[in-house]
Amino acid sequence: MLAALLAVVRRDLLLALRRRSDMVTTAFFFIIVVSLFPLGVGAEPDLLRTLAPGIVWVSALLASMLALGRLFAADHADGTLEQMLLSSEPLSVIVIGKVLAHWLVSGLPLVLLSPLLAIQFDLPGQSIAVLVASLLLGTPVLSLIGAIGAALTLGLRGGGALVSLLVLPLYIPVLIFGAGAVGAEASGIGASSHLLLLGGGLAAALVLTPWATSTALRIALE
Amino acid sequence: MTLQGRQLACSRGERHLFTDINFEIAGGDALRIAGPNGAGKTSLLRLLCGLSYPAAGQVLWNGQDIRKHREDYCADLIYLGHAPAVKDDMAAWENLQTSASLAGRSITRQAAWDALDAVGLDEIGHLPVRMLSQGQKKRAALARLWLEEKPRLWILDEPFTALDVQAVELLCRKMDAHLAGGGTVIYTTHQEIALKAGRKLTLQLGDALPC
Repeated sequence: MLAALLAVVRRDLLLALRRRSDMVTTAFFFIIVVSLFPLGVGAEPDLLRTLAPGIVWVSALLASMLALGRLFAADHADGTLEQMLLSSEPLSVIVIGKVLAHWLVSGLPLVLLSPLLAIQFDLPGQSIAVLVASLLLGTPVLSLIGAIGAALTLGLRGGGALVSLLVLPLYIPVLIFGAGAVGAEASGIGASSHLLLLGGGLAAALVLTPWATSTALRIALE
Repeated sequence: MTLQGRQLACSRGERHLFTDINFEIAGGDALRIAGPNGAGKTSLLRLLCGLSYPAAGQVLWNGQDIRKHREDYCADLIYLGHAPAVKDDMAAWENLQTSASLAGRSITRQAAWDALDAVGLDEIGHLPVRMLSQGQKKRAALARLWLEEKPRLWILDEPFTALDVQAVELLCRKMDAHLAGGGTVIYTTHQEIALKAGRKLTLQLGDALPC
């Protein structure tokens, strides 16, 4: 079972490496969206410092949304998804492998870029640490939940727009606790409760979503 | 080992593709699904793999419903569909190795190269599949049948399209060897091929005569 999981992760990372442009697109989208806000709302340092966590989080949400289409579409088109469904390994293990690889190439770069963008908003060091921690716990949840939406809209016309409508409402709790963690830290309450809730959400998503995603995939390919 | 189809039916929306399909095949048997375009050959094969569910009836592998014993059934099955199921960005040998691990049967690099050698891709097995021709791509997909550990049931959807004469001959001999070893093959084709099976059965879907 572990061999199949590792094989999927290795395969998807290798494919991502051979198509680097997709990876770079997501990262640049994130950087550009975050950088647009100061231009739109004006360069008032106090205002930007207050807005920063929300801006970074909403941009991360949109960027991970953008990457979702690639999760299953290519495998669906060339028939490899059918072969995954016919594997003697459990489909949910394969799904976990795919989501993990997807997060490594589309979620992790956002986490790594966020300190740089936070400096752009003049966030203090402590807040930056909390922001990174909240993204590190939150972006895997985005990938896991997004996978259900990507599986459900597989092969549909206009699936890209539909997946946003399906998945964005489910992202709201992650957004609230993720962006709220930084605010709580700044106000002196401490971010631990927010981060613990995000961690709990990650644990729950890790258990429940692979199962839901595999069911959705079986329905989509029927 | 037997594969049974019991009163299988398939419909697409309001349209009934086929109803009341019954068959039983055992080791050494070859079953050809015949019929004009649109008769539901691929739908029947997907249904036999467990990829889609029949509108009625059931498929039994060794007497057990394939939907309830999916993992046992899949361990015995190789399905090659219309889509080649190879990744354009990966080399043929990488494709072979990953598809084997995905199916739950890990193989060594050497085993992958041996299979490519058998289908005549040994010299171009290191190139990304995107650079190969349609026929070579098909050979790369079929190379899975040459891997050492052989699942007993092969379900092949149009395995002969895009292949040249030598490759058709090569695949026929491979299917013969599989049948002689007690394996089972279910396939569709519009070509006339001669297999040396214990029993050669044909399942005719739709009207035999084109209207």
